[in-house]
Amino acid sequence: MSAPTKPQAANEVYRLPPSLFHGRCKACWFLAGLLVLIVASFWSLDLQWAQFFSGEAARSMGRFLAEFFPPDTSPEFVSRVAQGAWETLAMSALGTLIAAVVGLALALPASRLHEGDAAWGRAPTRLLLNALRSIPELVWAALLLISAGLGPFAGTLALALHTSGVLGRLFAEAIENAPTGPGAALRVQGLGAGRVFLFATLPQVLPQLMSYTLYRWENNIRAAAILGVVGAGGLGQLLSFHMGLFQMNKTATVLAAMLLLVGLVDAMSNLSRRLLTR
Amino acid sequence: MSTTVLRAPDRDPAWLGRVFWISALLVLLWPLGVATEFKPWVLVEPRNLKVTAQFLGGFWPLTLNAEFMGLVLRETWRTVAMATAGLTLALVVAIPFTLLSNRVLSISALVGPMARGPAWLRQGVRWFLVFLRSIPELVWALVFVRVVGLGPTAGVLAIALTYGGMLGKVYGEILESGETHTTQNLLRNGSGRLQAFFYGLLPTNAAELTSYTVYRWECAIRSSVVLGFVGAGGLGQQMDNSMKMFNGGEVATLLLVFIALVALADQVSAWLRKALG
Repeated sequence: MSAPTKPQAANEVYRLPPSLFHGRCKACWFLAGLLVLIVASFWSLDLQWAQFFSGEAARSMGRFLAEFFPPDTSPEFVSRVAQGAWETLAMSALGTLIAAVVGLALALPASRLHEGDAAWGRAPTRLLLNALRSIPELVWAALLLISAGLGPFAGTLALALHTSGVLGRLFAEAIENAPTGPGAALRVQGLGAGRVFLFATLPQVLPQLMSYTLYRWENNIRAAAILGVVGAGGLGQLLSFHMGLFQMNKTATVLAAMLLLVGLVDAMSNLSRRLLTR
Repeated sequence: MSTTVLRAPDRDPAWLGRVFWISALLVLLWPLGVATEFKPWVLVEPRNLKVTAQFLGGFWPLTLNAEFMGLVLRETWRTVAMATAGLTLALVVAIPFTLLSNRVLSISALVGPMARGPAWLRQGVRWFLVFLRSIPELVWALVFVRVVGLGPTAGVLAIALTYGGMLGKVYGEILESGETHTTQNLLRNGSGRLQAFFYGLLPTNAAELTSYTVYRWECAIRSSVVLGFVGAGGLGQQMDNSMKMFNGGEVATLLLVFIALVALADQVSAWLRKALG
């Protein structure tokens, strides 16, 4: 302890802020990577901006939009569109309901119900749920057309399959996070796993399951409106049919119906959320 | 003196109610089933069953030859590129509108209610964003395919518009729901709106904004696959082609690549959001 020590400053030694770029700056590397990704994306896509911003495109866009007017409001066509909207709603409701049932059935093997549960099926079921979830509704619909034929039935099944994956995973999380006390109390009395679930776990998580289901229904109404583009029924099928025949007045009516449906759903969900959180 | 023995009831005391509600639900479901032509037996008709079996049988072996894999790789990159470019343009749409519609940056609202003109301007911008958002990207893509022809341009534009609306709306909500004292202090002391944004509002909410943007990027990858089905290029278009040619092996490979891509985007996005805090 004989080496002379530097006198300590009374306050913190003044330091310059770190330079903007240095090797360990995570944000810099992230930004650089992002920049490279963006530039590479634009460069590799050969986007036709010249064509899009040319006078020619502006004129064709203008002509295209002008053809929309006036929308076809003849009573028979409006009633067909209304029927399409009802079909869309029905597809989304039935699809979500099936998904809720299937999702719950899959969520049980996908969750560890209590401490001692070996849960052999947990990993494989979760893999299945992820696979169901990561294929979008539209792709499911296109696949199902082969075995279910054109029409709303394929769309309903497609919604049900995708949503089962989503809901199954959410339900499994909810079940695993539920308080374990009531279940344990029943189990030490010797009740079977089925009754423990029905009378202890389910009543606790039911509100959460309901709110997840309602939220997915809201999403599914939007999804159902466009599923028809591949031929799976609802408003989308009318849209692609009339657009394909260049009947722009009818297309405009269908588009307006779609906007109205989505807007109504948004308004309803906003309203109910406001009422519930008040 | 009698001892009461607690005994579990022999049957569910609420069974009558349960049976009633389940049957009521089934009655309500009937019109839904009619509207959606819900006929599950169609699936097991011998003719359909044969077609399905043929298609599913084609899934194995997967198509893995070099030529097809090269194509898949190229299309996968195109899908990611379309999502990235679309989201970048969506930011270009969303940021100015967010700044315009933000109530926190209002100077007249610092003292009493906001002046009428600015209030209407902000509401108008909001309605415009809602409009952009409520037309699904697939419909935008259908429209743009007509104008600019088949190819990724239509997909990029569709993502840019829908996601621009979404980002603009959610950015507005994030900025207005956060801590606004710093920003208002700056504004009260005479800083400009942009200064107040960059030194007050943005730093407070940067983490949340970035993580929402990353999440949307993940969603954009999913939708850019779907956009391929209407001719916007990428994996979706390839899948559509293979499906129309009834080539099970190619469809199976594409599905697997797609699941892997979504899982990867999910992981990257979760990791980034965690790293960003």
